[in-house]
Amino acid sequence: MNVTDLSVMALWGAATLYAIAMVAHAIRLARVADQRAAARVAVAAGSAASSAEASAGETGDAPAPASSVRTGRASVAKPAGIARSTTLVGAVLHGVGLIARGIDAGHAPWSNMYEYTISGSFFAVAVFLIVQRRRDIAFLGAGVTGFATVALGIALTVLYADVSPLPPALQSYWLVIHVSIAVLVTGIFIVSFIATALQLMRDYREEGELPVEGGPVRRAWRRWHNLLARSYDRARWLEAVPSATSLEALSFRLNAVGFVLWTFTVMAGAVWAEHIWGRYWGWDPKEVWSFVIWVLYAAYLHARTTQGWAGRRSAWLAIAGFVALIMNFTVVNLYFQGLHTYAV
Amino acid sequence: MARLKLDNYVVPEAPRLGVRGWLRWMWRQVTSMRVAIILLVLLALASIPGSVLPQWPQDAAATRGFIAANPFWGPLLDTLGFLDVFGSAWFTAIYLLLFASLIGCITPRTLHHWRELRRPVAATPRRLDRYASRGPVTVSVSADDAAARVGAHLRPRAGWLGALTGYRVRIDRRERADGTPEVALAAETGHVREVGNLVFHAALVGVLLAMGAGSLLTYRGQAIIVEGRSFTNAVVAYDTFDAGRLFNPASLDPFTLRLDTFDAVFDDAGRALDFTAHVTYTAPGADPVAAEVAVNYPLEVNGAKVYLQGNGFAPVMTVRDPAGEVAFSGPVPFLPQDAVYTSSGVIKAPDVTVGEQLGFKATLYPSAVEGPFAIGSVHPDPANPVITMLAFEGDLGLDEGVPQNVYRLDESQLSPVRGDDGQPLTLRLALGDTVELPSGATVSFEELPRFVALDLRADPSLPWLLVAAVLTLAGLATSLFASRRRLWMVAREVDGTTVVTGAALAPAHDTAVMEALERALAVASGGEPDAARDPGEREHQ
Ligand code: HEM
Repeated sequence: MNVTDLSVMALWGAATLYAIAMVAHAIRLARVADQRAAARVAVAAGSAASSAEASAGETGDAPAPASSVRTGRASVAKPAGIARSTTLVGAVLHGVGLIARGIDAGHAPWSNMYEYTISGSFFAVAVFLIVQRRRDIAFLGAGVTGFATVALGIALTVLYADVSPLPPALQSYWLVIHVSIAVLVTGIFIVSFIATALQLMRDYREEGELPVEGGPVRRAWRRWHNLLARSYDRARWLEAVPSATSLEALSFRLNAVGFVLWTFTVMAGAVWAEHIWGRYWGWDPKEVWSFVIWVLYAAYLHARTTQGWAGRRSAWLAIAGFVALIMNFTVVNLYFQGLHTYAV
Repeated sequence: MARLKLDNYVVPEAPRLGVRGWLRWMWRQVTSMRVAIILLVLLALASIPGSVLPQWPQDAAATRGFIAANPFWGPLLDTLGFLDVFGSAWFTAIYLLLFASLIGCITPRTLHHWRELRRPVAATPRRLDRYASRGPVTVSVSADDAAARVGAHLRPRAGWLGALTGYRVRIDRRERADGTPEVALAAETGHVREVGNLVFHAALVGVLLAMGAGSLLTYRGQAIIVEGRSFTNAVVAYDTFDAGRLFNPASLDPFTLRLDTFDAVFDDAGRALDFTAHVTYTAPGADPVAAEVAVNYPLEVNGAKVYLQGNGFAPVMTVRDPAGEVAFSGPVPFLPQDAVYTSSGVIKAPDVTVGEQLGFKATLYPSAVEGPFAIGSVHPDPANPVITMLAFEGDLGLDEGVPQNVYRLDESQLSPVRGDDGQPLTLRLALGDTVELPSGATVSFEELPRFVALDLRADPSLPWLLVAAVLTLAGLATSLFASRRRLWMVAREVDGTTVVTGAALAPAHDTAVMEALERALAVASGGEPDAARDPGEREHQ
């Protein structure tokens, strides 16, 4: 087996494990939700289960005297363990695949779309695992591993490209500085995007349906709101996810780190552009979109401290920023002509 | 925050605003956070067409083509500024308004914060149970000692990091509502956060100013140099030259640059591995020095930088008129059209002694492979260079004094040279060949040197821009990672023991604040600050 095969096989292995992890995470979420619902019923019935236990179900590790909750605990621990170990082993295989690719290519494994995808999804999982060590964010697991599965699948089937030498334009230490941070930020924003998406779902679920009244625009808006509120009301697994407020706090912290690093990425890109093309900023499509992303996340940071914009509206701005990030990576790389076209 | 009220007359009691009132109202709107958010979103949206539609400054040829291909939309979009988004009036208006808003926003905040910094710490609230609180804990020292210990723990350590992260502390002895004494400690930190935020926003203005200064002072010229030839730095020597309004052409340093050789290395598949230009640089009155210019490694020459922007072949062609006199001789840069350097160029031979002027539209195939009907190149290296060309005779149109594009043949007064069959003649020359036209004129393909396209650029604003950018980043990181916290602690003596209660106030995302509070309480009871850090307590909310 040569290095090329090793890389591809390790990545396929990672994709498979992530898929299993995603299912296990999803089962865990559903069971935690059931458990909480059961605890709530128990409270309503006036049994011994106090409201404290209803919230203690969060990690599945908390002491829980009521018998229904105790059986619930066991049923949560198993998928939780499977999810944890498959994610971890998947990440190790993913890392092996990435390093093997780097050795095979003879340069940092982020010089074309295939390489960006495998490295960006690796960073997403790594960020998840690192944050997970410090606080319990297992509820993001299904989203992160699902994302990584899809990304690796697309990378290996559609985007795959044989190793190629670096074109002169990329022969620079800036490839390591600028692009590695860009890919890392992508990983961070993926995780925070999943948190923001959950936040919005929780938010609509918590707020519930609103009366349809007012002018035509307001009515249409309310209908849209109610549609979302109804569909998230049906999604019972959302019970296993923290409240919209704590998800907001989590995604803000990730977004804050992401934004600082993105600012750095854009600045480092400008310095590199100055080295290579003799101008630090030229509104090349890639530069335009990097700017759009930066400005949207800046709008998000403003919105979350502004009355009337904090919470849901600012979350939508963060989502817009993430969509722009994905656009920059897909549509801009594939369809727009510019100096960055070697990216494909 | 001012709410947008469009009609003041609906509220009879409201005073009429008058001109000054309206101006003030408008200024308040412009500097409101809401408007800042809207302008930011507008700025993002307004940028997008700049990546979707062809833009004049980035690609004039594509833009011209787009307008020609869309007779309705092309001119309309052009008039509306969509084909030069980043120079358009509306884009400029958005960002200028945003920066007006920014300045109007940070100036009062800076003044306010300056006063805030010098105000004493606010007293501890009467009731701590409204905030996230911890305790009460019982400690073995007096209330005064407990407060003093915590104060010492929270106050800045020596060194800049301590100064940045330390708390400002205030300790009061006061009476409770029931008349019993207590010692209250109030501590706050996070001014550095606000300072960072202000530095960040001010540095953004700096970035804009540096960029503006740059556009006035910079110059950029492009020159094509063929192997073995030199270039003298002067405005007339450039193929294209752009400069800011404040640039002085006399300030160009008249150095010369000679392209000795150009290395282009490709792998077997034709992928570029390395481009390096070996040049000799001669500053006025100095000895020549050898230097290299490569894609990521510009050459620094006296305040300017020389960048390697492109390369290609410049076949040396000689055209003789029917009398055998040289009508043109020299290297002709051919522009590469694809990855294997199939290149096209135009040869103009105006100086004929007999007959008509001659012009040629030519294509070079560096590694030509000829099939029955077509010819193509398989590799960018010149393994088998072949030039095919169409010849024209007539008037090249060079005498009118209108500058002509050297890569284009003005065919309006030319007619193709035809062969015996009456069809336009296609000439084919391998390296070293000479072919004869029906008129008796000849063309020779003599050598195949390479050329490089060099960009010379100087921008005196760059150091300033870098400083502003670094300040932006530093301010931003400080602002986002430093947290604004208030910690309070009340100690009182009850039945011979001291009871301490603590509370904290911080933004929701600051989940570590309770740890800080627990550490402070641990200190109050005489323990080590780290005692509160055992993992069991980590997840407490
Ligand atoms: C060029 C336009 C602007 C950009 C790119 C920008 C960017 C940012 C960013 C990234 C932050 C979050 C980081 C931090 O807290 O320091 C921020 C915060 C802030 N900005 Fe701006 N800003 C701009 C204009 C404005 C304007 C016009 C205002 C005034 C209305 C403003 C007021 C604020 C305030 C008050 C905060 C602090 C929010 C907080 O408490 O976290 N900014 N800005």
